Amino acid sequence: MPGHAQLLPGTLDLLILKAVSLGPLHGYGVLLRIGQISGQALLIEQGALYPALFRLVRQGLLTARWGTSDNNRRAKFYELTAAGRKRLRKEADGWNRLAGAIASALAARPEEI
Amino acid sequence: MKPTASLRSFLTGLFHPAQVAGEVEDELRSHIAHRADDLERAGLSRAQAERRARIELGSRERYREECSEVAGVNFFRTFFADIRFSLRLLRKSPGFTIAALVTLTLAIGANAIVFSVLNALVLRPVNVPDGRHVYQVEQKDHVPSQSYPDYVDLRDRNTAFDALAAYEIDKAGLDADGRPAATWFYDVSANYFDVLRVQPYLGRFFHAADEHGVNSMPYVVLSFAYWQSHFNGDREVVGRAVRVNGNAYTILGVAPEGFRGTELFFSPDFWAPVVNTESKYFLTGRAVRGLWLVGHLGPGVTLARATADLNAIAAYLSKTYPKEDGGIGFLLTKPGLVGDMLGGPVKAFATALMLLSALILLAACANLGSLFAARAADRSREVALRLALGSSRGRILRQLLTEAVLVSLGGAGAGIAGALALLRLLNAWQPVPDIPMNVPAYADARTYMVALGLALVSGLLFGMVPVRQVMKANSYQGIKAGAAGTAAMRRFTLRDALLTLQIALCAVLVTSSLVAVRGMMRSLHSNFGFDPRNAMQVNTDLSMSGYKGDQIPVMQRRMLDAIQGIPGVTAAGFADRIPLNIGWSDTWVYRDSTTDYKPANRVTDAMEYKASPGYFEAAGTTMRAGRGFTWDDKKGAPMTAVVNQEFARVVFGSEQNAIGRWFKIWGGTRVQVVGICENGKYVTLSEDPQPAMFLSILQSASDDTWFIVRSNHGPEELGPALERTLNGLNTGLPFVVSTWKRELGLALFAARAASLALGVLGSLGAMLAVTGIFGMAAYAVSKRTRELAIRAALGAQRAEILRVALGRAAKLLAIGSAAGLILGILASRVLAFIVYQATPRDPLVLAGVVLAMALLGVVATWIPAQRALFLDPLVLLREE
Repeated sequence: MPGHAQLLPGTLDLLILKAVSLGPLHGYGVLLRIGQISGQALLIEQGALYPALFRLVRQGLLTARWGTSDNNRRAKFYELTAAGRKRLRKEADGWNRLAGAIASALAARPEEI
Repeated sequence: MKPTASLRSFLTGLFHPAQVAGEVEDELRSHIAHRADDLERAGLSRAQAERRARIELGSRERYREECSEVAGVNFFRTFFADIRFSLRLLRKSPGFTIAALVTLTLAIGANAIVFSVLNALVLRPVNVPDGRHVYQVEQKDHVPSQSYPDYVDLRDRNTAFDALAAYEIDKAGLDADGRPAATWFYDVSANYFDVLRVQPYLGRFFHAADEHGVNSMPYVVLSFAYWQSHFNGDREVVGRAVRVNGNAYTILGVAPEGFRGTELFFSPDFWAPVVNTESKYFLTGRAVRGLWLVGHLGPGVTLARATADLNAIAAYLSKTYPKEDGGIGFLLTKPGLVGDMLGGPVKAFATALMLLSALILLAACANLGSLFAARAADRSREVALRLALGSSRGRILRQLLTEAVLVSLGGAGAGIAGALALLRLLNAWQPVPDIPMNVPAYADARTYMVALGLALVSGLLFGMVPVRQVMKANSYQGIKAGAAGTAAMRRFTLRDALLTLQIALCAVLVTSSLVAVRGMMRSLHSNFGFDPRNAMQVNTDLSMSGYKGDQIPVMQRRMLDAIQGIPGVTAAGFADRIPLNIGWSDTWVYRDSTTDYKPANRVTDAMEYKASPGYFEAAGTTMRAGRGFTWDDKKGAPMTAVVNQEFARVVFGSEQNAIGRWFKIWGGTRVQVVGICENGKYVTLSEDPQPAMFLSILQSASDDTWFIVRSNHGPEELGPALERTLNGLNTGLPFVVSTWKRELGLALFAARAASLALGVLGSLGAMLAVTGIFGMAAYAVSKRTRELAIRAALGAQRAEILRVALGRAAKLLAIGSAAGLILGILASRVLAFIVYQATPRDPLVLAGVVLAMALLGVVATWIPAQRALFLDPLVLLREE
């Protein structure tokens, strides 16, 4: 799909953690939030989100509880735990380092070598 | 989340799969509702919006599955689904399933049985507390027998053993109700039960403190089995008076159920103290060696230290009693098999069997490998389809693994069940009539573990053959090409190598079993130095009814006269023991000129028998020169002997020289040679000629009596006649009547056991080879049906089609058989040690092997050949 970037493996977890860190969200809300903060540039398979959420809960990075959404519907809300916050920081640092390194590698010109 | 919470969620998943699935379903529904809300806001109708939302979400089933997987639900669900699916697949291909199961059952069964035997005879320590530290004292030439005076010295002087007990196998008439019954028992030292640390089941045992010299302990302890079978488990039996060989004894107690002494093959009817033995010279003669010694080594005592300790005593004995004990020395060995006398051969045999059955297992594995490989090839389309439909490779591998484990477990279960049934038969088998001997092999936890382990390892190892195929499977190629795309048919593959190996193995087993069986047959018709055909024997022991001293020869003469009076009897005689039966007696022989009777001065060690007038005629032993015994060779007359050719050669230089010459035995008794008889077999069928002498039983009486009777009538007439006649004498003697051939059971035991084992393993090998060849041939034909059909359509002859279809199987069969035959001939040299006259250089054996292998080939390829020959080209070509 033009205009959309394919997600790199492993980055979905990072995006979810980031999205939830901005405030408790239900599943569909996470999807919308990722779209919003990435400028609609990242394509996420809707269904693939849920196994990821499930996994993050199992890892103790998120907590979940049932509540009522703005649409007045029942929904499961996710919140970041302390461990989740720590993990987000670590992953974000790692990602930034990697992105920086790749960017500088790609910016290299012949005369700099 | 804390680890505990994580665990809780995992357990929830594990035990409440529905709860997890429901929650995921709720969440996905909530997602669709929210998305639909958004889409509705963008202008779609509610129905349209919901439909669109559902499509966007994709396969709900898949996400639910993935969530469950994360939650751990799937492990068991997949597991059970895999089992169900595997069972269905296995049912769908009964040929594969049966072949794999039969293969595994045979291999696991054979290994379980052989391992049980090895475990019972070699690995498992004797069945007493701390049996691991029980050792037996042997002479340095590996003879286990010691004399009673030497035992007392060893017992009191050694520092290596906690305590040392002595025992001996003996037989006696046990009389509890007025009729003596022939029994086998242990003569034991007073400390026997305490040394072996056994506790009585009922009553009490005798102890060292009960011993106050000769005849001080008229006690018997019954074995549990004898108590059950002859006293009906009567608890009042303790304290009851019985007669042993006519002497008064008291029953002290009953031994525990599992305890049958330390000799593995022998189970005694009772135990009695050796100080009450009837042959008092047994207790005083330092050179009368008949006792076997056992005991627990002291804590921390090494074998080397214990041996050194015993040999210090040996040096003392040798110096103090040079005449009897000159040059004596001791060794330690594991008890259970008459020391090293049986231990060596039995261990070698059991190990060889284990090796053979390992080869069987290897053959089975080769079989399984090719079966699974063929199956994987056939299933490549299915695997490709599943991969294309989104199944993960891991998931497919897991299912293959489940299938392999199922087959393994099925095979192991059936194998163990079969092994248990056969072991029960083996346990009940009494190789020697009238003696309580058996092979105490039974399966224990160790056997089950070994069987299960072997099954799982072989199943998993060879069930994994298809893994490589799955891992590199390309789904598009697989579906496109279908099952026919295997081009590797022409190469010599690993599978072919395995099959050739298997055929060779089978040929080895067939060769050795044929060699063994031929040897057995020949040894039954070879010259024993007597003729067991058409001869019957009556065994009795006059001491069992209390006959003593001079009564014995009188009674024996009366019995012989009665037997000779039976109509049809052509010859009858008796002896104190017969050749090739249990036990033997040998005596040191000195020249007539010798006056110092120390061990080093002896000429030879000769087998000693005591025979009556008429014995040689009845036994069918040919006299070479001189005469047999007469009723004049009696007490008071000069001692006479009939010696065999080997004796004459060794002692006198030649047969011609021997008649009328004198020699000395028993420390100076002069004996004159009156006759020379042919050589014979005395202890084992495979022994070399050894010197033997027969003394006149009238001059040295024996209560042990074996009558040999030859008659014009068959055994079915003579047997009852003998029983009637002897019962008519009213002696109250227990006696056993049987044919001499039956009595040879002991001598033939080793050869029989070897032939039986090889025969069974040989047929197992043959069955495995048949399944292997069949599998290969059937697979080859089914793979090439199209090619064969085209050939048939183009007018190929039947012979050509057969050559194409089965040429490969035939080639492998020929190569494997030739290799196996050569190996088998080499292996048969080992067999010659166990089976008398086993030789592979026998045209009948060679022809037999070739015929057997050819027959196997025909049997195995029959069905595939039929299929190849009766292909209908039209049907086939249309089908493909």
